[in-house]
Amino acid sequence: MNARIVHIASNTFREAVRDRVLYNLIAFAVLLSGAAILVGQISIEIEKLVVINLGLTAVSLFGIVIAIFIGIGLVSKEIEKRTLYTVLSRPVRRWEFIVGKFFGLAGTLVVNTFFMAIGVFAALFYVSHKFVRADALILVALYFIVLEFLIICSLALLFSSFSSPLLSAVFAFSLFVIGSFAEDLRGFAGMAHGFTRWLVTGAAYLVPNFSAFNVVSSIAHEQPVPWQLIWHNSLYALFYAAMALSGAVLIFEHRNLK
Amino acid sequence: MPAIEILGLEKTYLVGFWRKRPKCALSPLHLTVEDGEIFGFLGPNGAGKTTTLKLLMGLVFPTSGSARLLGRDWTDPEVKAQIGFLPEQPYFYDHLTAHELLNYYAQLSGVPAKDRSRRVESTLQRVGLRDIKGVQLRKFSKGMLQRAGIAQAILHDPKLVFFDEPMSGLDPMGRREVRDLMEQLKHEGKTVFFSTHILSDAEALCDRVAIIHKGELRGIGAVADLTSSVQSKVEMIWQGTHVPTSMKALGAECHVTGDTVRAIIDETQQDAAIDALRRERLRLIALTPVRTSLEAYFVEKLQRAETSAGKAL
Repeated sequence: MNARIVHIASNTFREAVRDRVLYNLIAFAVLLSGAAILVGQISIEIEKLVVINLGLTAVSLFGIVIAIFIGIGLVSKEIEKRTLYTVLSRPVRRWEFIVGKFFGLAGTLVVNTFFMAIGVFAALFYVSHKFVRADALILVALYFIVLEFLIICSLALLFSSFSSPLLSAVFAFSLFVIGSFAEDLRGFAGMAHGFTRWLVTGAAYLVPNFSAFNVVSSIAHEQPVPWQLIWHNSLYALFYAAMALSGAVLIFEHRNLK
Repeated sequence: MPAIEILGLEKTYLVGFWRKRPKCALSPLHLTVEDGEIFGFLGPNGAGKTTTLKLLMGLVFPTSGSARLLGRDWTDPEVKAQIGFLPEQPYFYDHLTAHELLNYYAQLSGVPAKDRSRRVESTLQRVGLRDIKGVQLRKFSKGMLQRAGIAQAILHDPKLVFFDEPMSGLDPMGRREVRDLMEQLKHEGKTVFFSTHILSDAEALCDRVAIIHKGELRGIGAVADLTSSVQSKVEMIWQGTHVPTSMKALGAECHVTGDTVRAIIDETQQDAAIDALRRERLRLIALTPVRTSLEAYFVEKLQRAETSAGKAL
């Protein structure tokens, strides 16, 4: 990879870590250990199911919140504080800056997810006292969650490249919510007629389909995830993130930094 | 080969709710800065100095025109490896130390890894930040941030350095150090282009200056040439407290202090003023030419611009 992108990414990662972003891990750990102790006392036979559901949902939500709230400021904060001026006055292309920022944030989220995953497995071990082969499926769910983060990061960057942090947060969070119901939207499009059908179909395919990434429930029930879905989600996430990043680059390349 | 050639750079922003109302930030600017010069870019706040620097740094895009830096097209990213830039009121990544910040910028500027550490250390020493290299930038005072800003601008040993208001936020000692640094850069053969509204700094440092007001270039040249074009004045001091009426008619500004009178008068009226004193039998004690400052030139240019704008209305 281009050395300048690596330097920008590692600086973004370092900033996020020093900005106490990883402190969320403490809240996560408190939440999960509290939940594990609680379900260990009140649940009969379903402790594992509850811990997996709760743990993976928490991993996803914590990560999404971080992705949105850091992502929306990645470009706009640099413009507002003028830190960008001293970066772009060097031999750094604007696209390198955007891509470097993306990888920096993605890296932060991967590290964050790694530690949260350890928490999930620890809570699981606490309630079931052993690991079974099916527990490895949790890794697939975590992988899908990371893919979701990539999409959210790229969307946050896209909005950040032309909008204020507040609006960017609203846009990104709205897309996350709508995208979580993308399958329902597609179902609705199938039932609609005429112009509405075209409109809803277009919207359904434009928003990120996060519902395809949500396998938490089936994994909690130890149902295997088909390889086709893993491939499909991987390609979809990479394509979607690449498109959103391209949009961000396209806008940023022509933006006057007043 | 000139270090900077600005070939009609112009910037007009579209403002208003529908972005249809044009607002000119910089009228077509033509300017050449020779290699090895310290060049001052002067103007009041909002004159277009920062816009010009942002255009040259590729931070904003021109409405028309182009520029060449160090003989190459100014949009060529590789030319930026030879350029240093200090923005106005710089602000940096809060959670980095000065050492980490410079290391990061050295990486982005393509300073070889083996030279990086040495270069960072020597630059920190040069701007007087060596002893606080472990402190995060969020704890820096305004003056220290300015020093860090200057450090990042010269870190990669650029041939051409742009400073936007480099003395801003510095105490008198700091300003003196920055002046010395700029002179050192000149002696090292570098070209320094700096914007300022502190005229004494420009007068002390610059080989040439340009004056910009409301986006238009109002004057350019060596400081001595510019100041000599302003109407010269002389100071006359005579004994007594009496001010002849003919002296007032010549436009003299007179101040009585104790038993002497001090008058400032246009050089062209000097002989008539001496005759007036003779007629009144007043004893002339001193006649001294008043050196025209860059400030006088600057004020005159701006007043002339305001007057012509008023007439146009």
